[in-house]
Amino acid sequence: MSEEFRRVDGRKPDEMRSYKIKAHVLKNADGSAEIRLGKNWIVAAVYGPKEHFPKFEVLHDRAILNCRYHMTPYSTSERKSPKPSRREIELSKVIRSALEQAVILEEYPEMSIDVFIEVLQADGSTRVASITAAAVALADAGIPMKDLVVGCSAGKINGRIIVDVGEYEDKEGEADLPIAIMPNLRRVVLLQMDGKLTHEEFKKAFDMALKGAYKLYEEQINALKSVIKNMEVLEGEDRE
Amino acid sequence: MRGEGFRGLTLSELLTIKQVEKLFSEGRRIDERGFLEFREIEINTNVIEKAFGSARVSLGDTVVVAGVNFELGTPFPDSPDKGILIVEGEVLPTASFGAEAGPPNEYEIELSRVVDRGIRESEMLPLEEYVIKHGEVVYKIFLDFNIINDDGNLIDAANLAAVAALATAKMPDINYVKEHIDELNSINIKEVPKVGVKIRDLPIAVTLGLKNNKFIVDPTFAEEIAVESLITITHTNKGELCSIQLLKGGLTFEQVFEAINIAYEKNIELRSILERNGIKVI
Repeated sequence: MSEEFRRVDGRKPDEMRSYKIKAHVLKNADGSAEIRLGKNWIVAAVYGPKEHFPKFEVLHDRAILNCRYHMTPYSTSERKSPKPSRREIELSKVIRSALEQAVILEEYPEMSIDVFIEVLQADGSTRVASITAAAVALADAGIPMKDLVVGCSAGKINGRIIVDVGEYEDKEGEADLPIAIMPNLRRVVLLQMDGKLTHEEFKKAFDMALKGAYKLYEEQINALKSVIKNMEVLEGEDRE
Repeated sequence: MRGEGFRGLTLSELLTIKQVEKLFSEGRRIDERGFLEFREIEINTNVIEKAFGSARVSLGDTVVVAGVNFELGTPFPDSPDKGILIVEGEVLPTASFGAEAGPPNEYEIELSRVVDRGIRESEMLPLEEYVIKHGEVVYKIFLDFNIINDDGNLIDAANLAAVAALATAKMPDINYVKEHIDELNSINIKEVPKVGVKIRDLPIAVTLGLKNNKFIVDPTFAEEIAVESLITITHTNKGELCSIQLLKGGLTFEQVFEAINIAYEKNIELRSILERNGIKVI
């Protein structure tokens, strides 16, 4: 019975949208990445580690991680004001907090690392897609990390638990559960929920989101591997 | 939460944090509380005469005041058949050495939004009943809360104050307003006869801290800095989850479920305290 249930976009409850991650997409940044997840298109850039200003804010035992999650005015069907909303300020905070768990900030005392996330097109689950791209950008910048960070969402619509919540499902659904994890350390570093879920439904949703995150983790690794491959090709050309 | 990177702290606060850390390693808390024990909770409602509803809640030394106001407003275009609820909170400069006046910082925004989500997602208020004229005039309900003194666990305290203020509020009788729909401009909302607010649910937020793989509830300010992780879990009247926010650090997969179970047990306890103050879902 339940196998026959199809979502608005034809997906099964436990089916992800198509996704693609590319690392090293911006020339100027120290590290960068781009993610496409359904119609989401998000770019992340890392600048640093660099000297932190103003000086009085410096932390003497570790680096400061700055993070900005931002949606461009044309990313949503109704124009969004370019100035950061309360939602964006909250999401910047929880994304930073999640990345801080992975980045070894103690390596760079008195410095700062900036992570800029720009949502060019939003299609639901932007925060978890953002964090997935941001972690790849940090790795691309060569910043030491304990693990990657990868996110995925689950939710509930018409009483059914689903993975990778799309825009329509976010608006019309009964619950949304975005999570991000460190996949090898098996730790949850971002966890939010809104809507209504019983404990049982939560368990089901959480497990689905975890599965989705591990799929995206493989794609993160692929993206980073192909950067290394490209570098090897270039080095080979240099030698010739 | 102030004190990130030990910034904006007094020397005595820093020393307390060090003491809290030392005691944690011995399995003790600074005020000799059990790990899963709340501080004393005091709830007073209708403390602000000029508001439609209000409450003052203290949780140990943390003090919050919340007030409710009703206005007539235009509904949002995407929900023409619903009243508008706006929940906002700020930490006042009276609250601590490090608290600052001015626009809310990211921790205050997170605090407001987590309290807002609990109330909104539990569907505590029947917003669809607050429509005077479809798509044109609805009730706009402002629920504002302020932290007067900060000794940690601001979310749980603010949530209690917010729901207590809302649940005991007297709102302008919507039938009276509908009967006078042709003279809306001359209606003074404060002078409309009042009726009790109907509530459908009571969201209860419980914040847990994690230190040395052990959970504590109701962290004080110093404990919030000392713990590795903080998470807020909000339950509805029926025991469903309606909001979760990992505020700080991380948890193992198993710890997520452990936290939810503790929050559920504590939510029942807080609910009975509200009930003793006459606040419950009828």
